Amino acid sequence: MNAVDIKSADLLAQMAGAIASGSIEVVDLTHTLDQDFPVIILPPEFGQCARFRMEEISAYDHRGPAWKWHNISLCEHTGTHFDAPSHWISGRDIPNGNVDEIPVDRFVGPVCVIDCSAGARQNEDFELTPEIILDWEKSHGPIPADSWVLMRTDWSKRRGAHYLNMRDDGPHSPGPTPDAIRLLVEERGIRGFGTETVGTDAGQGMHYTPPYPAHFILHGAGRYGLQCLNNLDRLPPTGAVIVATPLKIKKGTGSPLRVIALVPGKDA
Amino acid sequence: MTDPLSPPPKKDPQKRTRVPALPSGMRSRAALGLAVAAAEGRFMLQGCEACGALQYPPRDACSTCLSVDLKWRDVEPTGQLIAETTVRTSTSVYFRERTPWRVGSVKLDAGPSVMAHVHGDVAREAAVRLINRLDKSGQGVFFALPVDGSANMADDPQLRELTADPKFRRVLITDARNENSVALAKAFADAGATTIFVGEPEGWRPYPHRAALAAIANVAIVPLDVTDTQSVTELAGEIGGKTDILVNNARFIRPGGIMDRGDTVFARDEFETNVLGLMRLAQAFGPPMRNRGADGVNSAAAWVNILSVYAYANMPAYGVFSASNAAALSLSQCLRAEMAPGGVRVLNVYTGPTEDEWHQPLPPPKVAPSALARSVVAGLKDGLEDVYVGDVAKDLIERWRQGPKLLEREMIAEAGEAR
Ligand SMILES: [Zn+2]
Repeated sequence: MNAVDIKSADLLAQMAGAIASGSIEVVDLTHTLDQDFPVIILPPEFGQCARFRMEEISAYDHRGPAWKWHNISLCEHTGTHFDAPSHWISGRDIPNGNVDEIPVDRFVGPVCVIDCSAGARQNEDFELTPEIILDWEKSHGPIPADSWVLMRTDWSKRRGAHYLNMRDDGPHSPGPTPDAIRLLVEERGIRGFGTETVGTDAGQGMHYTPPYPAHFILHGAGRYGLQCLNNLDRLPPTGAVIVATPLKIKKGTGSPLRVIALVPGKDA
Repeated sequence: MTDPLSPPPKKDPQKRTRVPALPSGMRSRAALGLAVAAAEGRFMLQGCEACGALQYPPRDACSTCLSVDLKWRDVEPTGQLIAETTVRTSTSVYFRERTPWRVGSVKLDAGPSVMAHVHGDVAREAAVRLINRLDKSGQGVFFALPVDGSANMADDPQLRELTADPKFRRVLITDARNENSVALAKAFADAGATTIFVGEPEGWRPYPHRAALAAIANVAIVPLDVTDTQSVTELAGEIGGKTDILVNNARFIRPGGIMDRGDTVFARDEFETNVLGLMRLAQAFGPPMRNRGADGVNSAAAWVNILSVYAYANMPAYGVFSASNAAALSLSQCLRAEMAPGGVRVLNVYTGPTEDEWHQPLPPPKVAPSALARSVVAGLKDGLEDVYVGDVAKDLIERWRQGPKLLEREMIAEAGEAR
């Protein structure tokens, strides 16, 4: 064994110990897969995202005396989920753009959290702009290349009709401007972008140029998306690591998943 | 006049719910012709094609000339009560629980004399109007009404056994999001339903008519999604024991046939809602309704399916939707058999294209929600099993009766012309 191996083995052992002792906190960033959790709504003539459904196969009864299990059905983009580059037309030709092809080391990485919750409380169409990102960097340092950036809005605390916030002119929820996403992708080189809302784009994101800029720019550059995240208020601006491993769906464009964050404790 | 029906008292929790008893059900195939006519509320008798005689009771051959060429004919339903008696004791459990029960013999203006149950307001030897209705066993029986009607006529206990009148009953309409839910709820409120539960799927997204629905007297909006087994089971747990009439108006529809859709995604939605939705509802609400078929004034009375008449013959422009309705029609027949022991009627209301967004490019005539709602309530008041709403549905079922294969060829030709 060389010195590096010993060091990384020590590191892992220390990490396991820190998780066990609670000095590294593990935070669940996932909503429960629930039949009633909202999904994105498109004009009805388009195909729609399947809702989460669950059918009992047996429950310790005549259908299977000693066991209980369910068939489940859902869309790749139902609930807390991961968007792969192949989800968007701009990312259709990206190599390894499907969930089953993405190298697994991409699923573990550092995370920066930009707190937009005060703004989103005032304005349901709150925009994450380059100015806000640059301002954040003044306090927390430059966003490191290949990190995840999560937009905290506390939108995950909304329930029922307030979540999609759908009106006659479509949904209203916060999201990034095209310039903000360009800054993150083209200048900072982030790995992916995540939100608490139903998509990585604002509710009114179809009216930007390009429409749905987060989807278009992120996936066009081979980057990833996370949406319907929960508990972002429990993450520090920097210093946490997230684990986001989509199901290995052959040619899948995304996947529901359990996203967890490893968060340094107060003593760290 | 009939004593007006009183609102039923709250149920005594110490009293056992009566097991539904049924009148005797074994009849000949010829006699089932009466049930066929009663399913649509038609007053019909067997007529001989050879000698022209009308006959009653139904038989396999003409009692005048022995010809077997007999056809059911619509007959003028008027006559005179010539004999009557009030049954006060019976060996039948069903009648024993319902005596006194008036029966009589009516001489029809059209000729034959027939046996009939008799409304309490019909005077001795009076002129009567006859109706042909399904009894709790699904047999066609004649019922004699006062010829000019009477006060509270529908409240007669013998007549109420033959109908599924919404008065004082509790109704569940399964899909608030369907554009027709407002008209349906209004029609039931007007018909005297005490509570109108309306199931609401996906409360997390708005729909335009919610406020109008919520404003209707006695409406209670409750969470229900027929594509979600847990949601159906939960609601049945809450209100399954006080759902007297269930109206399944949940529907998923998209235009298109097989090849102009590139996938089975909408087809799956259509079958999830239109077929499996019916099945989930029946699995959850069927057993408590069947158990309450004889539970007093607000007994469980009827299950209503709103189906496309293209269940009978595929309309290629809505080919997959038609297929899902054909499957639902078949399931409804299974449901009829399973509800029969409780005497709970399964009413299928068939409609052609409806006045809504998914039929917007189609030319009229289209069935308006108010017309559909009227037909549903009228069908329940008449205790029917099959109702065809609007000219398109009536025309289609007539053509189907003349020849299903001929109709199929016509549907294919019409689709060709439309292209
Ligand atoms: Zn004859």
